[in-house]
Amino acid sequence: MALAFDEYGRPFIIIKDQEQKSRLRGLEAQKANISAGKAVARILRTSLGPKGMDKMLQSPDGDVTITNDGATILEQMDVDNQIAKLMVELSRSQDYEIGDGTTGVVVMAGALLEQAEKLLERGIHPIRIAEGYEMASRIAVEHLEHISQKFEFSANNIEPLMQTCMTTLSSKIVNRCKHMLAEIAIKAVLAVADLERKDVNLDLIKVEGKVGGKLEDTELVYGITVDKDMSHPQMPKRIENAKIAILTCPFEPPKPKTKHKVDIDTVEKFQTLRQQEQKYFDDMVQKCKDVGATLVICQWGFDDEANHLLMHRNLPAVRWVGGVELELIAIATGGRIVPRFQELTPEKLGRAGLVREKSFGTTKDRMLYIEQCANSRAVTIFIRGGNKMVIEETKRSLHDALCVARNLIRNNSIVYGGGSAEISCSIAVEAAADKYPGVEQYAIRSFAEALDSIPMALAENSGLQPIDTLTAVKSQQVKENNPYCGIDCNDVGTNNMQQQNVFETLIGKQQQILLATQVVKMILKIDDVIAPSDY
Amino acid sequence: MAVERLLKDEATEEKGDRARMASFVGAMAIADVVKTTLGPKGMDKILQSTGRGRTVTVTNDGATILKSLHIDNPAAKVLVDISKVQDDEVGDGTTSVVVLAGELLREAEKMVNAKIHPMTIIAGYRMAAECARNALLQKAMDNKQDPEKFTSDLMNIAMTTLSSKILSQDKEHFAKLAVDAVVRLKGSTNLDSIQIIKKAGGSLKDSFLDEGFILDKKIGIGQPKRIENAKILVANTAMDTDKVKIYGARVRVDSMARVAEIEGAEKEKMREKVQKIIAHGINCFVNRQLIYNFPEELFADAGILAIEHADFDGIERLALVTGGEIASTFDNPESVKLGHCKLIEEIMIGEDKLIHFSGVAMGQACTIVLRGASSHVLDEAERSLHDALCVLSQTVNDSRVLLGGGWPEMVMAKEVDELARKTPGKKAHAIEAFSRALQAIPTIIADNAGLDSAELISQLRAEHHKERTNAGIDVITGGVGDMEKLGISESFKVKQAVLLSATEASEMILRVDEIITCAPRRREDRM
Repeated sequence: MALAFDEYGRPFIIIKDQEQKSRLRGLEAQKANISAGKAVARILRTSLGPKGMDKMLQSPDGDVTITNDGATILEQMDVDNQIAKLMVELSRSQDYEIGDGTTGVVVMAGALLEQAEKLLERGIHPIRIAEGYEMASRIAVEHLEHISQKFEFSANNIEPLMQTCMTTLSSKIVNRCKHMLAEIAIKAVLAVADLERKDVNLDLIKVEGKVGGKLEDTELVYGITVDKDMSHPQMPKRIENAKIAILTCPFEPPKPKTKHKVDIDTVEKFQTLRQQEQKYFDDMVQKCKDVGATLVICQWGFDDEANHLLMHRNLPAVRWVGGVELELIAIATGGRIVPRFQELTPEKLGRAGLVREKSFGTTKDRMLYIEQCANSRAVTIFIRGGNKMVIEETKRSLHDALCVARNLIRNNSIVYGGGSAEISCSIAVEAAADKYPGVEQYAIRSFAEALDSIPMALAENSGLQPIDTLTAVKSQQVKENNPYCGIDCNDVGTNNMQQQNVFETLIGKQQQILLATQVVKMILKIDDVIAPSDY
Repeated sequence: MAVERLLKDEATEEKGDRARMASFVGAMAIADVVKTTLGPKGMDKILQSTGRGRTVTVTNDGATILKSLHIDNPAAKVLVDISKVQDDEVGDGTTSVVVLAGELLREAEKMVNAKIHPMTIIAGYRMAAECARNALLQKAMDNKQDPEKFTSDLMNIAMTTLSSKILSQDKEHFAKLAVDAVVRLKGSTNLDSIQIIKKAGGSLKDSFLDEGFILDKKIGIGQPKRIENAKILVANTAMDTDKVKIYGARVRVDSMARVAEIEGAEKEKMREKVQKIIAHGINCFVNRQLIYNFPEELFADAGILAIEHADFDGIERLALVTGGEIASTFDNPESVKLGHCKLIEEIMIGEDKLIHFSGVAMGQACTIVLRGASSHVLDEAERSLHDALCVLSQTVNDSRVLLGGGWPEMVMAKEVDELARKTPGKKAHAIEAFSRALQAIPTIIADNAGLDSAELISQLRAEHHKERTNAGIDVITGGVGDMEKLGISESFKVKQAVLLSATEASEMILRVDEIITCAPRRREDRM
């Protein structure tokens, strides 16, 4: 445990509470780290691909999540080990950046670590391995660019986009309705996309879910749904050509921010105050009415009296609408959020073709649909499903599909899936390895080997003979000089991914390789782990 | 080199076959719990809560049983969840959905042991479910066009639903109650406007449907006990001394005389408010909030019936039935819509006095008064009636009807069997297994009734191989009978929901190959 000794063999105390800390150094530390990283990758390995299995996770509160989304699994796994935490971070950053391929990136990192372990045993210095990996990843990324294809689509021709989304969705539990969901995702993205600037703001797509019904009932609403109902049970449930006043001030007497006191000491004052109060309510409602609003959406609550006055003047209102929803409503209807009654003007009202309340099932769940908005740049995907877990999983799957569609709009280069891109890269890296003199050559070769592990896992999960399949595909690629051969997971009969229409985005794949390499480099560089030991 | 501990302390991880085994066992255990409650001769369960009261519930409603169980097994939770959703969405079939999912998993376990990959099983189940659904769609009958037949359909469905519950003795009586109530809703699924009042005493047979509205409140002292041609103002307003709502206002006085003046002004204010209310020309005033002594006295003087502290639901329902609006300000009497009813009177049910509004303008709402020997009976009766009401209201919207008594399961099983024969590959095993799982439901119904299930099912299957048969299990005589003649029907929507959610849930559990359980969050021990 000790770090240094004096001439009598007594240890110098350098680190605080040195005796109580566990410490690993050198090769031992690296091996421990690698084995932890591998353990995480091993958990996710079976979830890869269209035939991947799900994981069931039980949270500390007893809630159950069933998913095969890598990022979600790792996030909820309650990981304790430091290196395992790094892997969790890795998957999360892939999720933030690309949104899809969160499982693949961890499996890739795991494979790289596994290869690194072998090299370490041969006595190759970890930094040299890291450098070799770095070179190899550069080769792979360039090669990906080389084999990628531009991919044409337009707002009218969404079929190619749908194929890509279907590739993403086919590995999830929702693959029963992948066609429908892919269509919904693409339509949603195209509705909010800015095709000129090639940008998509996914915040404008709201994904809402409610249990009940079946997955096929999932729908895309060109507008907003709000999980609220009208403030007064007798207000109309359907408003056509609504003009919406969006308010962030409560229908209550104002509360000045400075402290003040109103003293009542005479009967007259008492009475004027009362009249004042009534006037407040009256004015507020009148102001909304005056500017021509036919629906009031408010972030705050209403006083009973105001509520009745609204009802009375035939002005339907919704209260306690959340801030995010309020903003979306404002964007969709082209209205402005008004913080004070005095500032209400007709120009600031939002417009929607139809606002209706819809009720579900036997319980009294109601939702408000705001549709046919002036500016349909905000859409809502409304998911129905048999139970809460299916809905949550559908939400995650749709998120992935939306991200893929967004990435394609940003950059329309694609590579082919089914492991074909990895195999092709592996061949390219292997060939390039021989050009590098020195120890790095070994590391580069190992990198090529690690790339093979993704198609290998795909084949394994699909119930195929992993080595047979991989070698067959690889030789086919080299023989036919066709980088589109991959693993035929769904037993379609051809392993040409171009014919199977299995695409992935180029940036997603590149990011996977870069991120995985980065994390592995970081792990390899650690040669000392100091942790407080358990009490 | 030993792998470092990856997860936090106490977190457990189960992999591969062990994980699959854990979820199969858990799911099947749950299915077995509710299995014996299935069918008209199903048994009830007693549930005792762990709370302070140790209250006891007697029920045979699947969702209620499962809701009250404390379950640790994650797969079992999935099943509890689907039964809850079934309850929310269609209201009935909560037991069937769990039993079917359990049977599907039982079959799946056998196949997994025979080394068939779960993904293959899932693919087979999916094809089978689709095929079964189509079979149901073809066989469903729709009598929407013929109102008379439709009503008899509704009666049959209600009786079928109720026959497995505590109300089965008086099922005709209650089926009629439920159908009447639902028909009044005119297609809306909002069951809020059907009010159920439970009063212990009397027998179940004394329960009745009242066309008016019954409010469980007393009439104030000195106020009229009976009003004809009532004009009702439904309000939600504070009837104590009105608070000043302007922020920061407070009363500061310097002498006793002033206090008296202010008090006088307050009283005056209240009096004015009451005057305004009276100016609406009403003779009944119902408020959601409390009415204090002073205004109550004023109302009594004016001969107005004032009812205080009706709950939120009560107010909304009352507004709905009488056609009035819920008012909170009283300055424009001419434009406030008042509610109307022919007669308000105080009635006695058992020993309690209730206020009865009859001859109401809008016919949508109604009240069902349940009578029964004990609170347990009443609770169970309410749940049963709720099931029946839910199913009926769903059927009014989706009027397709199927026969009951295991008929739909046998129809589906037959179609699925045929599909299995046509399908090449390992999937065929899964499809066959699906059909076996479907047949398990009539088997369980027969078993629960103490009949020879093996004999009955084989008879039933033979019967179903003829074209257009209506054969199902007749639990009463213990044989195979014509379901159409016996009048046993079920709603198509319920059956479809059972089929789809059970398949979805079993698929979800099958896909799992690893279970990671986090350490339970530590709670302060309050014992």
